[in-house]
Amino acid sequence: MGMSAAAQFHVLAVDDSLIDRMLIERLLKTSSFHVTTVDSAIKALQYLGMVEDKLKGYETPEIHQNAEVNVNLIITDYCMPEMTGHDLLRKIKESNSLKDIPVVIMSSENVPSRINRCLEDGAEEFFLKPVQQSDVNKLKPHLLKSRSKEEEETQPINNNKRKQESSAPFNKNSYKIKI
Amino acid sequence: MERSQPRRQVAAMKQSLFDQGLLDEQFIQLEELSDDANPNFVEEIVTLYYRDSSRLISSIEQALKERHTLDFNKLDTLMHQFKGSSSSIGAKKVKAECTLFREYCRTGNAEGCMKTFQQLKKEYASLRKKLEAYFQLARQAGPMETACRPK
Repeated sequence: MGMSAAAQFHVLAVDDSLIDRMLIERLLKTSSFHVTTVDSAIKALQYLGMVEDKLKGYETPEIHQNAEVNVNLIITDYCMPEMTGHDLLRKIKESNSLKDIPVVIMSSENVPSRINRCLEDGAEEFFLKPVQQSDVNKLKPHLLKSRSKEEEETQPINNNKRKQESSAPFNKNSYKIKI
Repeated sequence: MERSQPRRQVAAMKQSLFDQGLLDEQFIQLEELSDDANPNFVEEIVTLYYRDSSRLISSIEQALKERHTLDFNKLDTLMHQFKGSSSSIGAKKVKAECTLFREYCRTGNAEGCMKTFQQLKKEYASLRKKLEAYFQLARQAGPMETACRPK
């Protein structure tokens, strides 16, 4: 599938609440995002190409498979059974291939320590529920920044210090993840 | 003018729901998400709310039957979910009852939980009827500029 220069941003929304999934999907689509929703953190990891290694937990396989996933932003609820949004955030940031994807956390509870911990662990934003259009409007700058950084890093000379840490065999800077 | 009469009735009905403290700003946010492609978004999400939350109501009801050995953690978790959905559709009074219920869970007050839950169910059912009437009237009135903010 060819992607034009003005390709839509693809957002993966994670929430165990059916109502909240419907709401976030509508909010995101109103902002012209392409949206995929899943109802758990584990399903989100699977969608992103992570598989469960019995010894190591979830990780991205080294072997390329057929499917291709292109996610530009992940927005996730905090309180979910089995795996919280915070756990999901950490798994994403620990993954070489996924760590540059911006992650946003949503929560109905205003707990400063929770908010700070999420932001410290790499979340771009923390939205209090119910999420508003004004919150969603804050997403585009993060996405545009990521996209321009991505374009910059495909140049032969770059001085982005993050790239120095990359040891991934495939081009992790494209968010297309071959799984 | 004849055409504007039903629309004024719809606006008046909505105003009334706000005046009674049944709905909050979130309901307006939902209306702002309706467009030509999704003209019935609010009705759809409210319908889904009632369908989806009925199982939570049943679970809470069931858990409250334990009477003398209430699992307050479980009740609080269930109510947290229900409160979240109620908040997302702007159900102000229902949400307030949820908050009260969770307070009683926190203090281990079984009586408080049971009383509050009865009140919550009343508010929940009453709101459903009122919203059904509102949506019916809105459909009859035809498309109107959405998200008219009540005073």
